[in-house]
Order: sequence, then structure tokens, then C-alpha cells
Amino acid sequence: MTQTIARQGMTRRQLLSRTVAAGAAAMVLGTGFIAAPDAAWAYETTKLKPETFATLVQMARDIYPHDRIPTENYVEAVKGYDSDDAAAEIEAGIAALDAAAQGAGFANYLDAGWEADRVKLLRGMEQSAFFQKIRGGLVTGLYNQKAVWPLFGYEGESFSKGGYINRGFDDINWL
Amino acid sequence: MVAKFDLNDDSVVVIVGSGAGGGVLSNELAQKGVKVVTLEAGGRYLPEDYINDEWDSFGQLAWLDPRTTSGDWRVAKDFSGLPAWIVKAVGGTTIHWAGASLRFQEHEWKAASTYGPVPGANLLDWPIDSAEMAPWYDKAEEKLGVTRTGDRPGLPGNNNFKVLEKGAKAIGYKEVHTGRMAINSVERDDRNSCQQTGFCFQGCKWGAKWSAAYTEIPRGEATGNLEVRDHCHVTKINHNDKGQIVSVTYIDKEGKEQTQKARLVCVAGNTIESPRLLLNSASSMFPNGLANSSGQVGRNYMRHVTGSVYATFDKPVRMWRGTTMAGIVQDEARHDPSRGFVGGYELETLALGIPFMAAFLDPGSWGREFTTALDSYENMAGLWIVGEDMPQETNRVTLNTAVKDKFGLPVPDVHFSDHPNDVAMRKHAYAQGRKIYEAVGATRVLPTPPYPSTHNLGTNRMSEDPRLGVVNKWGQTHDISNLFISDGSQFTTGAAENPTLTIVALAIRQADHIASEIEKGAL
Repeated sequence: MTQTIARQGMTRRQLLSRTVAAGAAAMVLGTGFIAAPDAAWAYETTKLKPETFATLVQMARDIYPHDRIPTENYVEAVKGYDSDDAAAEIEAGIAALDAAAQGAGFANYLDAGWEADRVKLLRGMEQSAFFQKIRGGLVTGLYNQKAVWPLFGYEGESFSKGGYINRGFDDINWL
Repeated sequence: MVAKFDLNDDSVVVIVGSGAGGGVLSNELAQKGVKVVTLEAGGRYLPEDYINDEWDSFGQLAWLDPRTTSGDWRVAKDFSGLPAWIVKAVGGTTIHWAGASLRFQEHEWKAASTYGPVPGANLLDWPIDSAEMAPWYDKAEEKLGVTRTGDRPGLPGNNNFKVLEKGAKAIGYKEVHTGRMAINSVERDDRNSCQQTGFCFQGCKWGAKWSAAYTEIPRGEATGNLEVRDHCHVTKINHNDKGQIVSVTYIDKEGKEQTQKARLVCVAGNTIESPRLLLNSASSMFPNGLANSSGQVGRNYMRHVTGSVYATFDKPVRMWRGTTMAGIVQDEARHDPSRGFVGGYELETLALGIPFMAAFLDPGSWGREFTTALDSYENMAGLWIVGEDMPQETNRVTLNTAVKDKFGLPVPDVHFSDHPNDVAMRKHAYAQGRKIYEAVGATRVLPTPPYPSTHNLGTNRMSEDPRLGVVNKWGQTHDISNLFISDGSQFTTGAAENPTLTIVALAIRQADHIASEIEKGAL
């Protein structure tokens, strides 16, 4: 089963020693793994090419960029596409994105090192079914991860804590 | 001693739906000794089942049967299969509602004569008025335990309310308070008081908010006169050769088709399903659907002029803490055409969690303009606009014969386009919302487009003249004496107020009428 193998299995040195390609948010490893440059997380693709998955992760961050959300949450948000059902469509979509990047003078999407350049490429394809599928999926895939809620200050479930009647429902002090 | 009635028992009243209309009607009739079978498409969920999680709760409670949309409303683009955010469960959307319980204003019962001709609007006065409804509103407020009515104290204001209140007063608004809410401010009626938990839209786990699911339904069942059959989806209402209703056909929990005989049928399936059922029940005698000699079944669909304003500040608000609809500004609810539109609107606090904020803040939007707003979520305050929209004949629920549900029946298509009056009102409300928040130092203010409809009204409207509407002043269809409509689809016009209190008041009044007619032998 596909899984994020964050912080396990390999040391940073081992990961780095196996790197054969690098993206902005992730490094593609020769073994089918991609990983964070600092080895905070790693992911083994099963159906998608690792380069494709790394591009998808970067695309996800460029669509909904939150500077305080670590990349592993973007990985989590899109890893469902690394499946038999979705792989062909994703490979085709990322190929189109890379083609658009080449048209703009980059080797591929990840080669566009500045966010502004990548966003320009995405704006050019935002009406496409592929873009809308990825964007739509992220709305729940990213923002419904409980792990990201604290980064927005959102506290989630409160019934088990007795609600906020004694925990600051009216504690505003700056008005 | 929950009742169990035979399928061939033709002495029962059959009620389709168990929400604010059907649930209240079920209990009220049962209390009066009338035998009732209530057929509910959804399942049973009680406070212990409700989930403090937006998407999980949505999956548990929302009506997700296939529907289609058309018209120029943005919901048709962003949520094309979800025209309405309503509940499929015993108790209906009273599980999800926020609890705001406001009476119509006197002039709102007479929209046509008060507003005068509005081009493109199919305005009509209700056949009932403020004086007629006053005692029924009294009963409804007592039943729901509405705060700031009777001797019931108001709820305390949360952070989101305090921001609204300060800003509203700063720009001169006077009618600003924590609302008239069907949420207990003190323990009452065997229900808890509000614990400021938030998640009002996901079902109140304390039972502090009134819902038919844990009040009307069990109390009706306790009389021995009410049988509620859950997971029973009514597909057709059947009549005899005299044009009188004799039974309903439904698909039961096991997927088997059943037919329940009835002395009369009350339809309370919400403004989308109720006209759909009448239209899907077309016969050779009634080729355009039941009770549709006026051609008005499905027309005049209203959803209120809505929209939200969210504002961010340089310091935390934490709007999600506490009551979702925690307070109200009522100054704009008046009719004052000098503002450039007829009718009025209420401004009510609203809060969404991060998952729903991401989905609804600006659907389809992406990039830093969007994400920087969410980054300030903790510092955000928000309000919701509820205003009177214009009934239009072309805004309507029709059968989409190209799309079938799991029973093979055409799904409803919900067509809606704003009337120019709606557009003018929303623009005004957005601007006032912005002023409120800027008056307390908002660093950024965002207008949010209407969510999928929670207030669904008007598709079987009430009229004095049988040619202009579907039901008379009792909710009885003009065409068929033993067929009633008991939900918000009876609304002649929408007024500026959240509709539940009026649906409940109409249901209590209708139960009184039906019971006395049965006693007289007239039904």
C-alpha cells in the first residue's frame, strides 16, 4: 500500500545520496521515491512517474499556497491520484503543463523556479478540466486535513471539551 | 407504544417529510388524537450521532440525491449538483438550521400591495396576515423556546457578535442584539442550555437548539397516534376517479415498493421535493401534475437574497467559537424604496470552519488572493445576508427527464436567476456589511457569493385566487380537498426573515384546522 514514509527508513544523507533529479518542493529519487530536500518526508509512487508526482505536488502548492503548510500536507492532498484510476489522466495533464512550460522557455514546470512564472503557466490553463480537477480536489484534500487546521488557528471539534462556554467564546479584548 | 398502522388503513393522515413543517404537523395532529403515518426519506440521527466536523456531518445529513441546476445563479456553476444545502433525516433541516426565529413584519404579508408593481416579479399578497398569524406565532415561539420572546432571556454574545455589534452601532444601527433564537439560553423543555460549542449547522449535540428530530417526533410517537417510517421515499401520490387522494406509493427501507392508504395527504418534502412529487404524480386526469390547474406548481422558487461578508482584522476574533448565528442587525429589514429596492434584509452573524470556508469563501478561486484570506482565518468575522427576493415565474423546479434518480424517477432541476431587485439589495447589503467591519478596523473585507440554498420557498404558493397559486390559506390545495402542502413551498412571498418560525406557525395552525375538519366529518 502506498504511504508517506515521513521521517522513517532513510537518513537525510541516504536520501540525498540517491537523488537524481530535483524539483522546487521535492526531490525525485532514482528508486521511485520523491522526498523533501531536507528529508522531512518521502513518498513512494506506485502508478505515477515520480517526476509527475513531484510536479503535481508543486502545482498543488502553487494553486493554494500557504507558506506555513509543510509540503507533506500537499503530498497527502494529492496522493490519491497515484492510482490505477487516475494515473493516465494525471500523466497527460502534467505532460500538458510541462509542454506549456516549454513553450515559455523552461525545460518543464519544475524548471520554472519562481512562483510567479509557474502561476502564469497555471493561469493559462485554469479553464482546463485537468486544472479544475486538481483545484477542486484540493479544496477537501488539503483543507479537510486536521493536521493543517492548527496552522489557521482553527480548533475543530469542541463538544468533547464542553464547547467554549468556559473556554473563550466571548474573550475578545481588543474591540 | 409507538403506533403501527396497516398499509390498508385508510383512516390515517399521511405526511410526507418530517422537518419543520411535517415534523411539527405530525406531532400536533398526534396530540389531538389524529392517526398519522409520517414517511421520511432519510434516517434517524439524534444528538449523540451528530458530528462536530463539517464534511463528515455533511456526508451524514445532507440531501445528496441527484439534482440539476440551471439559470444564471453562481450556484449552478460552482455547485451544479447541489442547489440546496438541506437535510435528509428524521427531523429534516431542523437538524441543520441555525435557529434564527423571526416573525414576518406586518407589511410582508402584503408584498404586492405594499411594494406596488415590480416588473418581472410575480408578487402576490398572502391570503393571511399579521393579525391572523399572531396567535400561531405565539404558539410557535413557545414550542421552539425562542429567546427574547415570552420571558426567555437572550443568549450571550460571542466574539463574532461583539465585532458585529460594535461595528453596527458605530455606523448608527440601533436594532442590534443576539437574536431571537430557538436555542435555549437556559435549560428548558427537557433540553440543555447552549454551551457555545459552535457546529450549530452540524446538529446540536447538546440538544440546546430546537429540532423536530428530538422534540416533535418522539413526543408525537409517545401518544401512540404517530408512526414515523424512516428511509421511506415517496414516489407518487395516487387518486381515484373522483380526483380525491387515496394513497401514496413509496420505496421502503428494504427497497420494496409499498402503498399506504390515506384519508388525506400532507406534503412537506421541502420546496424542491414537494413540487417534484406533485409533478411526478401526473396522471391522465391531472396530466400537468397534481394540484396544478394554475400552472404554478414548481414556479416562484425563492431562496432569499443571500451572500456573506467576511472581514479580517489585525487581531484574533475566532468566530467559530460559540453560536453560529450569534446576533443580528435588523435596521435594514424595513421596506424603504429610497435604497433602490423593495423589501428589506437582515444581517446575521455566521461562521464557517476552515473546511467549509475553503469551499465557500470564493468558490473556484485560487492563488494568493484567496489563500491570504484563509491565512487570516483566526482574525476573521463574518455575517450572512437574508433578504426578501422577488418571486419570478421562471425561477422554478421542473422535472429533468434526462436524469433519473435511483428509483428511475426524473430528478428536479432547480432554475434560478436573480431579479434586478435582488441584485440591488445584495449590492446594498454587501456595502453595509463592509461599512460595519471597516468601522471596527477591518484590514480586508470580502464579499462571499450565496451558498447553496438553505431557505427554499414558494413552489406551491398560497393564494386567495385558485388561478394564481396552488394552496388556499390553510395550505389545502385548491384542486384537491384532501391534499395539503405543509412546508415552505406554500410561501406566497419570502419576507426578509429566516423561514422556519413561519413554517412551524403555519404547521401548528394547519394541524388545528385539519383536526377540526376531521372532527366535523369534512375531511
